[in-house]
Amino acid sequence: MKKNKSPETTDFNPEQNYQQTRQEIGYVSRKKATKADYKRIGFMSGLEVHQQLKTKEKLFCHCPAGIFHSHDNFNAEVIRHMRPTLSELGEYDGTALMEYKTKKEIIYRLNNETACTYEIDDTPPFKIDREALEYALEISLLCKLNIVGEVHITRKQYLDGSIPTGFQRTAILGVEGEIPLKNKKIRLIQLSIEEDSCREISDIRHTRLYKTDRLGMPLIETVTYPEMYTPDELKEAAEYIRFLNRSTGRVRVGSGAGREDVNVSCKGGTRVEIKGVSYNKLIPELSHIEAFRQWALLNIKSKLNNTIKDSSKWKIQQQEIDYRDFDLKYDPITNGLIDKYRILAVNLPNFKGILSHFTQPGKIFANEISDRLKVIACIEKPNMVHSEELEPKIIEENFSQIQKLFNAKENDAQIIFWAPEEDIPTALETIEERCQMALEGVPQETRKSFLDGTTIFERVLPGADRMYPDTDSAPIPLENTYIDGLSENLPSDVIDRYNQLKKWGIPEDTYTYIFRNNLFPLIENVIKNLKIEPKLIGTFIGHRLKFVEGHYTSADKFEYSKIYDLFKYLIDKKMDIQLSKKMLPVVYQYPKMDFDSILTSINFKKFTREEIISKIPFLKQKFSEIKISKDDKVSKQWIMGELQKTAIGNIPPDQLAKAIEQN
Amino acid sequence: MSEDIFQGYKGKALEVLKKYNVRVWGQTSIQTTRGDFEGTVLPRAENDDDIHIVLKIATGYNIGIDIGTIKEMKETGYKKANYKIPEKEFPITKGLPSVKLFGTGGTIASRLDYRTGAVIPAFSPGELYGAVPELADICNLTTEKVFAVFSENMGPKQYVALAKAIGEEIKNGIDGIVIGHGTDTLHHTGAALTFMVQNSPIPIVLVGSQRSSDRPSSDAALNLMHAMKTAGHSDIAEVMVCMFGPTSDEYGLLHKGTRVRKMHSSYRSTFRTIGDTPLATVTRDKITPIKKDYKQRRKDRNVDILPYFSDKVTMLYYYPGMKPDTIDALVDNGYKGIIIVGTGLGHVNKELYPAIERATKKGVVMYMTLQTLWGFVHMFVYDTGRDMMAKGIIPAGNMLPEVAFIKLGWALGQTEDPEEIEKIMLTPINDEITKREPYNGYLIYQGGVPEVEDFIRNFRK
Repeated sequence: MKKNKSPETTDFNPEQNYQQTRQEIGYVSRKKATKADYKRIGFMSGLEVHQQLKTKEKLFCHCPAGIFHSHDNFNAEVIRHMRPTLSELGEYDGTALMEYKTKKEIIYRLNNETACTYEIDDTPPFKIDREALEYALEISLLCKLNIVGEVHITRKQYLDGSIPTGFQRTAILGVEGEIPLKNKKIRLIQLSIEEDSCREISDIRHTRLYKTDRLGMPLIETVTYPEMYTPDELKEAAEYIRFLNRSTGRVRVGSGAGREDVNVSCKGGTRVEIKGVSYNKLIPELSHIEAFRQWALLNIKSKLNNTIKDSSKWKIQQQEIDYRDFDLKYDPITNGLIDKYRILAVNLPNFKGILSHFTQPGKIFANEISDRLKVIACIEKPNMVHSEELEPKIIEENFSQIQKLFNAKENDAQIIFWAPEEDIPTALETIEERCQMALEGVPQETRKSFLDGTTIFERVLPGADRMYPDTDSAPIPLENTYIDGLSENLPSDVIDRYNQLKKWGIPEDTYTYIFRNNLFPLIENVIKNLKIEPKLIGTFIGHRLKFVEGHYTSADKFEYSKIYDLFKYLIDKKMDIQLSKKMLPVVYQYPKMDFDSILTSINFKKFTREEIISKIPFLKQKFSEIKISKDDKVSKQWIMGELQKTAIGNIPPDQLAKAIEQN
Repeated sequence: MSEDIFQGYKGKALEVLKKYNVRVWGQTSIQTTRGDFEGTVLPRAENDDDIHIVLKIATGYNIGIDIGTIKEMKETGYKKANYKIPEKEFPITKGLPSVKLFGTGGTIASRLDYRTGAVIPAFSPGELYGAVPELADICNLTTEKVFAVFSENMGPKQYVALAKAIGEEIKNGIDGIVIGHGTDTLHHTGAALTFMVQNSPIPIVLVGSQRSSDRPSSDAALNLMHAMKTAGHSDIAEVMVCMFGPTSDEYGLLHKGTRVRKMHSSYRSTFRTIGDTPLATVTRDKITPIKKDYKQRRKDRNVDILPYFSDKVTMLYYYPGMKPDTIDALVDNGYKGIIIVGTGLGHVNKELYPAIERATKKGVVMYMTLQTLWGFVHMFVYDTGRDMMAKGIIPAGNMLPEVAFIKLGWALGQTEDPEEIEKIMLTPINDEITKREPYNGYLIYQGGVPEVEDFIRNFRK
């Protein structure tokens, strides 16, 4: 739709305002951002790293862990509603009250294979899974945490319905640990063991649908202090913790098995938690944008504080409007009318220039309101239009008309939203509340991430007020002898492994792949037991294997230990190690095929050294007949080329070269 | 009495706290061989060991510190938690029925108890309103704590006290009564009140919860709303148990106090009417009768309170190979009535016959009920049954074992004359024995069968 400006608003251009405010706060893209930029805005961040443990069973019942179903594969459904309850210290939690406001009906889908009566909270918990506890303690020890004397299962309230009980059973295993980064140490606050939550299927209006396959799977959460001062440092810490977890071989890998909650703030801002980031590579962009979003909100605050003297008295004005009195040709509005939605106009005093204020790339303050209308008032998006749209959805005359309706001042902004009657009170409350928060600065919230690095409001940030002792479980003592026993069998530290790889001269571009797949023990094994040259096995894995994995698919489950077998086979048969590179794609595709057959399939024939060397004189003769160059080198190269196919695996290239010189 | 500053700690842990001069609710920093810890010392459950100290750390989690690892400990501050459900005055709305809630304990309204580490009852109209404000839209509520005991500690004394209290309230003109009760013996109390409070003009509703109200997904709030709705608005003037129908938060069922039984140790939908259909379904908006015949609400204030009970009654759950000395021992200990829970149609082995004869001779009355729960006692079908009747065992129809136990105690509280007792036992007061069993009175579907799987996939059980 073309912009249709009325005369009195020609001086205000939302797009211009967006660009101008973006500049005002000094937003720079992540590519252009320097350390100085992050220092300027006081970038601060911390992590909560979630990692599923590779156990056979779930944490508090005997259902199998790690089996997942499609949305429609279920045997039964159960409905629950959640009510806020008091914490152990007698307080209600803010998130709990917000969730209660949403009046959600929560439906759980159960599959008999992966859920029992425990998952739907119709049976109290069984004793904690000892396998999970042991794995989590091993990781706690690797994190240099102070291990507790007794594990107390605690209930952490979650009223979003992601857990049917309304709380997550969780327990601290250790506090105050540390991990080393390249240039500094990062302190850890704590590590807890907890049950994983349900997976959301949908969340439309007042109905949220979950499946329970993942629910109850053992998970650990490693929490750092907010000591990462650039997005790169943050990513480095995330990678380190992930690699540390994987170094034990006790954790699950694959989509969703490791998830990060990223805590970000800027100077004067507040802790905002970006939930469930599955890919570490997204962390820098997400944290960058979030820090600047807060920086922008602080700019909004100072602007508003200039014009609004008493923030406690700031109120919205609202009025229901009749569709017929306006020119509201916009599909979401007209479709809403079919469902008897009501249309409301809202005046926001002194909010001109705020609604279109930059918050994130491509997003403005008005989005913050719209996001909350969806989450808190349960009104599906698009749920509003406003007087500062970057791309207007309805003609601007509507807003001039509304301004008259409210007798609005030049400095006011307006919203039109549409909603079912029962959601209007919450919607109005939500709009007013979010605007009032703008006068205070940055609201504490959790946010959902998108691949482009932007985020949207998810929930109010919960606090410590949602903890409650689990009266269904007895404390679990951790004796010194047990902990000492675990300490003796720990893998070496990731940082030591990193230094060892360097010492071996293995190129650094292989490290991420090696740690991500916990391949250090394999490399160490091959070097120590098979006496293979470190650089060779390092690049074989970090380059060749990575390439093969990316370009071929495995018919059966390919186990990395197969690599050891491959090298051992070549050594035992006294074959050239180089043959491994040629064999790998086949080994990877058909892990069950024996090595002899693989050799046949790559057309390998066994020749003795003598057989190959005996061909050299003939080839030399041949070359002299056809040569056009007098250079000896060319002769050697040509002969090498001719012999390569037969030589590979039978005689190493350097030896072949020598043989050509000598014969 | 001075306040216990070491709440729950004993033995070695108590010594450590005293040694370092650290109180419960004291903020403390502890140096241990496993590193340093900081937090607030919490009370310890009495039954937990004496070698750990519980701390609440800054993030809100609780942890235990092994006292054997403690090197140094120091109190740095003090902050006692005040666990209190926000109390708000219960608003009175003109036109709404007045309902009395009797509290007996149990998990319908409860909070954390550090002594046991479990939950204890907490309850007042203000607290209830603070926790379940929706109640104010249903009725005008007053409450009275009759006693505070867990369900398993409810017994004859409590039944009698409750019956009398109900009688008083009815006379005072209340529109309905709700009794908050632990769920374990809810059905025993349901039976007892049916016999002790007869001809009531108003609904008397027993309610509990299977998940304590300190949990966000508790069934307590919805059960309470359903019970208040029933007490204030329903036309059914009987003693009823009101609990979840399906395990989903959807509707409640109203069961007759004499035909209901707890059938699962932890499910929300644990209460089922046995051998019949429930009286009605209830939601926050309406009560939908299932049974057409029920005792209707009346305007008068007449009620018969019959608060009798003799504790000289017992139950015997028969098992193969049971020895006669089990019955002899009961008789010798002065029991006057025995409810036998027999196998099949109502059987015990022949070995018990002499003991049964001996008991009858000593004036002990014996009634036969069923381990099968569903169905009628049929002692004419086999010889053994006829033998037993000849020796003095009386079949109790399809009366549930627990109900028969309560009724026999109630009867023995009135008379020891076997004939009188038989008359009382076999004359139903409210369907504890029914004349017929409807075909839908016995429905236990088996999972795995395709049509049942279809059903549970399509209806939220």
